[in-house]
Amino acid sequence: MTIQEKQNEVIDEFAMFDDWMQRYEYMIELGKSLPLIDEKYKIEENLIKGCQSKVWVHAELDGERLLFTADSDAIITKGIVAILIRVFSDQHPSQIIEANTQFIDEIGLKEHLSPTRANGLVSMIKQLKMYALAYQTQLN
Amino acid sequence: MSQSTQVRKIDVETIRQDFPILGREVNGYPLVYFDNAATAQTPKQVMDAIVDYYSNYNANIHRGVHALSQEATDKYEQARIKIQQHFNAEHAHEIIMTSGTTHGINLVANGFTSLLKSGDEILVSAMEHHSNIVPWQMLAEKTGAKLKVIPMNEKGELILDEYRKLISDRTKLVFVNHVSNALGTVNPIKEIIDIAHKAGAAVLIDGAQASPHIKADVQELDVDFYVVSAHKMCGPTGVGILYGKQEWLEKLPPYQGGGEMIATVSFEKTTYAGLPHKFEAGTPNICGGIAFGAALDYMNSIGLEEIASYEDELLQYATSRLKEIDGMKIYGEAAQKTAVISFNVEGLHPYDIGTLLDKMGIAVRTGHHCAQPVMDFFKIPGTVRASFAFYNTKEEIDTFMEALKKALMMLQ
Repeated sequence: MTIQEKQNEVIDEFAMFDDWMQRYEYMIELGKSLPLIDEKYKIEENLIKGCQSKVWVHAELDGERLLFTADSDAIITKGIVAILIRVFSDQHPSQIIEANTQFIDEIGLKEHLSPTRANGLVSMIKQLKMYALAYQTQLN
Repeated sequence: MSQSTQVRKIDVETIRQDFPILGREVNGYPLVYFDNAATAQTPKQVMDAIVDYYSNYNANIHRGVHALSQEATDKYEQARIKIQQHFNAEHAHEIIMTSGTTHGINLVANGFTSLLKSGDEILVSAMEHHSNIVPWQMLAEKTGAKLKVIPMNEKGELILDEYRKLISDRTKLVFVNHVSNALGTVNPIKEIIDIAHKAGAAVLIDGAQASPHIKADVQELDVDFYVVSAHKMCGPTGVGILYGKQEWLEKLPPYQGGGEMIATVSFEKTTYAGLPHKFEAGTPNICGGIAFGAALDYMNSIGLEEIASYEDELLQYATSRLKEIDGMKIYGEAAQKTAVISFNVEGLHPYDIGTLLDKMGIAVRTGHHCAQPVMDFFKIPGTVRASFAFYNTKEEIDTFMEALKKALMMLQ
């Protein structure tokens, strides 16, 4: 599936919810259920320090596809991390570089990607793109 | 603060009418504003003063010969006198208008650069806001002075015995907050000041968190410097004051150069203006200063003692209600507290709780509250902080409790 297709899938899923509470319950569920990162990667070098919550990101190349794993210490942040990983992981680096995060607005979670929120998510997306850029250079 | 039975009860419903913002909705719910320690809301009386300034006498102050400039200067200087009277300073020129508490602290820290030398010591408390830590660290780096920390106990109270041990004739300056922003602890500043003075050290008190609840009498306290921000006291942001004893303000060199702060300027030599202008370079926040005066009038019309007594009722009520919750941990259980409750619920991250409360229209603060050393002391990433003002009600606390319980159900 392309990034765009995955984004549409997420948008469709969230369209089923009637109110904010259902959306957040779903996100909390995602945050709770997914083992997002191997403990050995939860290290200082992979840590993105937000003022409010922390995010860990690890990247590795599998052939020509870039795999991401990540985690957060706050469950709602972790839920959004799970969505971002689902969309961006297992893609060719060039696709990741070009992708945008417009779909987060469409599923009503825009406020979590505000730079002023300082929850680590904006830096996380930047970091995903930096990894993609680095590995893209490696693939070329 | 301790309750007093003699204190007049405030009329909250009438007071709430003065704050238009309290009538709005957030995310479809009526706003419950419990982030007062970050900034207080603005009453109509203060907004009116701002509109009046821009509608009727907006002009640059001092040295203008025209009527508007004269009126603006008069109002601005009247505000300074109101502030002087509120804090009971001996002279109006001991009130330096600043952009806020942080500015005031930096002004003093900068001034001490030329007064400290290697081997001198400066003391900070373990429960300071970053704004009362970092300027002093910079000062220590510049001068070679040593920064030492007065520790606190598990209740969030400063350990005065340790303070007495730390202080010596090497100590030149002590800086402590009157009230902790992260914990609500009211520090025994009179005692702290007296101990410092006996050792020959000067004292700066960060009054940002105390000023909305406690009227500081700078002469009675015998404090050397006291700093405040208007926006914590129902005034606008971007304005505050530094109170400094005249002898100290005369000793400190100017902080910033520019217009307003000079007596004469030539390329060979510039002489500085007297107090307070020596520390007030450039066009000040004229409207802000006047509005600060209006905010003090407003708060004094209700009475700080009355405010503190009512807020203490809210604090006691909220504290007992929060204790209904399993896994509740309140940080800061000092005997003397303002209406601030910092808490966590076992196993949950403060960001998650704050996010869900916001979805239900409740404004609290989450995070480290710019006091990372306090969070490190308790070994936590942060807390949820609910802070109350005199326009909050017990009904709002009930709404908050319902929302909190709902949030916990979703998260647990």
